[in-house]
Amino acid sequence: MADIQNFTLNFGPQHPAAHGVLRLVLEMDGEVVQKADPHIGLLHRGTEKLAESKTFNQSIGYMDRLDYASMMCNEHAYVLAVERLLGVEVPLRAQYIRVMFDEITRILNHLMWLGAHGLDIGAMTMFLYCFREREDLMDAYEAVSGTRMHATYYRPGGVYRDLPDNIPQYAPSKFRSKKEIDRLNLARSGSLLDFLQDFTDRFPKCVDEYETLLTDNRIWKQRTVNIGIVTPERAKALGFSGPMVRGSGLAWDLRKKQPYDAYAQVDFDIPVGVNGDCYDRYLVRVEEMRQSNRIIRQCIDWLRVNPGPVITGDRKVAPPRRVEMKGDMESLIHHFKLATEGYAVPEGETYAAVEAPKGEFAVWLVSDGANKPYRVKCRAPGFAHLSAMEELVRGHMLADVVAVIGTLDIVFGEIDR
Amino acid sequence: MSEIATESPAPPSRIDALAAKVEGACGARVTRVASIASELTYEVAPGDLVGVCTQLRDDPALAFDVLVDVSGIDYLTYGGEEWDTHTATSSGFSRGVTGRDESAEAPAARRFAVAYHLLSMVHNTRVRLRVHCDGVEPPLVDSVVEVWPGANWFEREAFDLFGILFRGHPDLRRILTDYGFIGHPFRKDFPLIGHVEVRYDPDKQRVVYEPVSIEPRIQVPRVIRDDHRYEPALNGRASGLPGQKNG
Repeated sequence: MADIQNFTLNFGPQHPAAHGVLRLVLEMDGEVVQKADPHIGLLHRGTEKLAESKTFNQSIGYMDRLDYASMMCNEHAYVLAVERLLGVEVPLRAQYIRVMFDEITRILNHLMWLGAHGLDIGAMTMFLYCFREREDLMDAYEAVSGTRMHATYYRPGGVYRDLPDNIPQYAPSKFRSKKEIDRLNLARSGSLLDFLQDFTDRFPKCVDEYETLLTDNRIWKQRTVNIGIVTPERAKALGFSGPMVRGSGLAWDLRKKQPYDAYAQVDFDIPVGVNGDCYDRYLVRVEEMRQSNRIIRQCIDWLRVNPGPVITGDRKVAPPRRVEMKGDMESLIHHFKLATEGYAVPEGETYAAVEAPKGEFAVWLVSDGANKPYRVKCRAPGFAHLSAMEELVRGHMLADVVAVIGTLDIVFGEIDR
Repeated sequence: MSEIATESPAPPSRIDALAAKVEGACGARVTRVASIASELTYEVAPGDLVGVCTQLRDDPALAFDVLVDVSGIDYLTYGGEEWDTHTATSSGFSRGVTGRDESAEAPAARRFAVAYHLLSMVHNTRVRLRVHCDGVEPPLVDSVVEVWPGANWFEREAFDLFGILFRGHPDLRRILTDYGFIGHPFRKDFPLIGHVEVRYDPDKQRVVYEPVSIEPRIQVPRVIRDDHRYEPALNGRASGLPGQKNG
């Protein structure tokens, strides 16, 4: 009888279901996975080392590029860390703007996840639907920051600027009729808040559509139910966070448990799963989109009636307004020092965690009193999740590996850093 | 199902209560060090690490059931500057970047440290442990994989980036850097632009490694400004200074 050996399979780094650059070395016994060894680091850019050679504000943009599907949440952790060491007060309006954009980011991330996860395990339509809604939120990003993804919008002490009174409109082109353009621009005739309000009116129906396609879909359930089960005890031991623990039934959400910025003032629920499998995590994330929609709505209502400053008045941290610089010597000096040297952050260390869409994203910031951080450590939720890959897929079929990669919601920007 | 905290997080009074509990459970094995008022930091001797971690995890009054993060740090140039702004000569302050004075650095005995960020989902509390590694080279510390399995990759990362060895780790391989990478890139004496660069060599028809051809340069010099606004005595933000650890 022939000697039967296990088969070693290289999954990725160029596999479309590897969500970027995951190289997974699988040891297969027939179709059953015996061992899985993820090789990561193919997107390692040394963000933390780069941050050590830059002033504090120059690194905000690098944070966007960590988890490039939830950009502003990463910035949020970083600016929170700097603010804690500086001890600056953030105006309430800026806190609400940040909460609103964190939730916009959460929807962006979950739409990206839902589309890609669906595409991976056979529901191609999802991808197209999800990206349709993402487009509107990207436009909201563009309206406040000028870019669609890597916003660099948050600053220690607030946000870069107030919400704009108009947002980009579609221009006539040979691909779209005048009627079509007018329809698309209808919601874009007012301010950003009007546009987002229109979005929050539409979005719950969109989530209903996604759920119609998936939640009771027989194939979807066959691919996700009882796949990649995590018990609550294991979830804690492995350092999981975010939807990965909530799917296992632990109602742990930093927005509720350790609220930062204006999260204590908004009302929302924490969805939890029961079985801790891929299907429960799907349900949790879908419900999180609905809850995010609620939070955005509350922020819009608050922001409409509460104008005010959006960045701290401490000129040692945030630059003065341009018009002040024209006539005031001291403002000019402040601006010059901030632009050329930055601000020195008092000696100390802090660990600032936010509930990013993927879990607990945190920045451990060590300052020795200089104008550059001494050490920045970005705690990426996906890193802990991916490290449990072997435990999650052992004994499953090869096709389930794709479902598990999807449910982990991994993005290599943050895992490799 | 495990229980979850319902209280809101840490005002300073809760931090002090937590500190009392930690010090009650671990005794002299932990030393409280100064940190900002909403956080709690302890230093642990390398030999006590696993014992303290097990205690922190298993004591029901503490129940630090999640290891959130493990991170290496290299204190080689801590407090160092690239531009001298404290002393002036008769011609005024130095205008240029001086670069770091490598010879004047502190002895490397306490150079490497590992920080552990623990979270208790039961009590909604966090604590940070810091261990200064044994020995000069290679730095060595015990692995906590047996206490929290989630430490596995975090320790691999600290090994890869700082060269810190974790005694008892089941699979201490490089994780983030390239296959065949030489050195530990997050050490402070590892240059930002690295040692080698790669390009495709059309003659050899493969990618070749060569020494870097770019000069490193400093765009914004690192300066330390003493700002009296941040004096702890003036604004009362810091707490838990070593002298008050029993207070």
